[in-house]
Amino acid sequence: MSEKVLMKGNEAFCEAAIRGGCRFYVGYPITPQSEIPEYMSHEMPKRGGTFVQSESELGSINISYGIACAGGNVFVSSASPGIALMQEGMSFACSAEVPIVILNVSRSGPGIGGIQPAQADYFQVTRGGGNGDYKIPVFAPSTMQEAIDIIYNSFEIADQLRNPVIILADGMMGQMMEPVVLPEEKQPYKTEAEITKYKPWALTGTKNKDHRNRIVSYWAKPEELEHHIIHLFEKYAKAEKELVRYETIGAEDPEIVFVAFGTMARIVAEVIEILNNEGIKAGMIRPISLWPFPKAPFEALSPEKTKVVISTELSMGQLLADVENSVQGRIPTRLINRVGGIVPTTNEILERAKKILGELK
Amino acid sequence: MKPLYEPTEGLLPVDTSYCAGCGHGVAHKIIMSCIEEKGRLGDTIGVSPIGCSVVAHQFMNVEMCESAHGRAPAVATGIKRVHPNHLVFSYQGDGDLASIGVTEVVHAAVRGEKITTFFINNAIYGMTGGQMSPTTLIGQRSTTSIDGRKPEINGIPIRMSELLATIDGAAYIERVALNTPANIRKAKKAVMNALEVQEKGLGFSLVEFISTCPTNWGLTPVDSLKWAAENMIPYYPLGVFKDTRGDEK
Repeated sequence: MSEKVLMKGNEAFCEAAIRGGCRFYVGYPITPQSEIPEYMSHEMPKRGGTFVQSESELGSINISYGIACAGGNVFVSSASPGIALMQEGMSFACSAEVPIVILNVSRSGPGIGGIQPAQADYFQVTRGGGNGDYKIPVFAPSTMQEAIDIIYNSFEIADQLRNPVIILADGMMGQMMEPVVLPEEKQPYKTEAEITKYKPWALTGTKNKDHRNRIVSYWAKPEELEHHIIHLFEKYAKAEKELVRYETIGAEDPEIVFVAFGTMARIVAEVIEILNNEGIKAGMIRPISLWPFPKAPFEALSPEKTKVVISTELSMGQLLADVENSVQGRIPTRLINRVGGIVPTTNEILERAKKILGELK
Repeated sequence: MKPLYEPTEGLLPVDTSYCAGCGHGVAHKIIMSCIEEKGRLGDTIGVSPIGCSVVAHQFMNVEMCESAHGRAPAVATGIKRVHPNHLVFSYQGDGDLASIGVTEVVHAAVRGEKITTFFINNAIYGMTGGQMSPTTLIGQRSTTSIDGRKPEINGIPIRMSELLATIDGAAYIERVALNTPANIRKAKKAVMNALEVQEKGLGFSLVEFISTCPTNWGLTPVDSLKWAAENMIPYYPLGVFKDTRGDEK
């Protein structure tokens, strides 16, 4: 059952969702994730699921919202500008407390952008983009296996939090092939009785119930709305403690610390190995959850030992903003980045990092 | 003794928040009494829009959710895919359905979604205070067309029922009015037909109600009924535009 298989990223994402108990998928074609609606269109019917090709990403997120309101476990995917269109619906789903699992196989924006790897949607997914005060947990896997495990578990996280969850990947992860171990298939609950048991808030009709469910976003009185927003943020405070995930690798007491996630973290891991072999103590903080952002590994750094913290990213300093927030001026911070779909080589990062170290000495 | 008039269990015994003379109350009553007569209150799910009737779930005695502006047919699509044997409806005004939500309603019809949309057309944005809508009539005054709607500036009002009837996935499309007792009886028949089409799984169904907005039209409730008869019905003719019942083999 748990044998190793070689899979393309976008298809592995789908298998992870289906095996995680998802039987509803909604999507609209956009590169670099078009294999996802393609795979789901033939696989969902075979697995007793439902595939809907929407008319737009506005359609995608709102059909997903309807599925989730009715108690279905729903997965929706898109890429950057499509995610932008969905953000109206994400804000609405947060407000109405409806769980949706959303995958962004991101492009290299702004505007139309390109399909090569980038991380320029960092603010888009971690800072909202939709209206009002809300938060969405965001996970950024760095290997295919990690992506599978995260997607597989996201449905449960979304259900428990009664909130959307975002997975942030890029064109590299969507298109590359890696050996993976697929998890065991969870059985989805589909009957009304099962939905009512596991999601007592969901819309299934009033028969067989002693109450009438309503899912709302509109609170007419400011006092009621304030109360509701405070309630949401009590949930988010709990999520900040329970959902934070990261990995630290490299030397103890590093003099140079890289911060990188997703595709970049794979390259930085090689850079660290080379530096450590050369006798330069290097380490990496790899955030897996981008919200909540892991602050603890930054607090653990010693300004006496660590000379610099370098945000290594495929965007113009978006990750750096959270790095600076976490370092709080205790240690100098720098940026090593490429954008527009260009991924730096190990050597380029190595040279730029050494130059930064030289300037600081 | 047989009662002449009774409240429906489909509506909760509470006051609505709608203005005097507004058509929402009558439309709510018609729709919910039809669902009650079909014995489907327990397995019906509704979607309310953005607009005055966002709060329809406070009055309609079925499970409901709110939806973002114009997106109700997409939301109803999702609900119906999870509960294919339930009755699922969206309830939308002309700003919601005929402007910001055209894509969603057109594609729900294109996919032949087995949902029913109730479209309340009063030719103006009510909740936001009387701005021009896509169905505002030529010459009709609104807060964004104070000298009356001009076709050369504002375009020509859209007839949604006629447009949707051209789509093969639409199985039942009828326009009714709420201005006279006779029209209200016909409206009830239309709602029964649309729900029957959904129960039979024939495709997308929609009933458009020519309604009134005395507050934003600047008329009394009685004059509003007259205005609707003299101005709206001639431009938005009543009748059945699509009915595929009987076509099934």
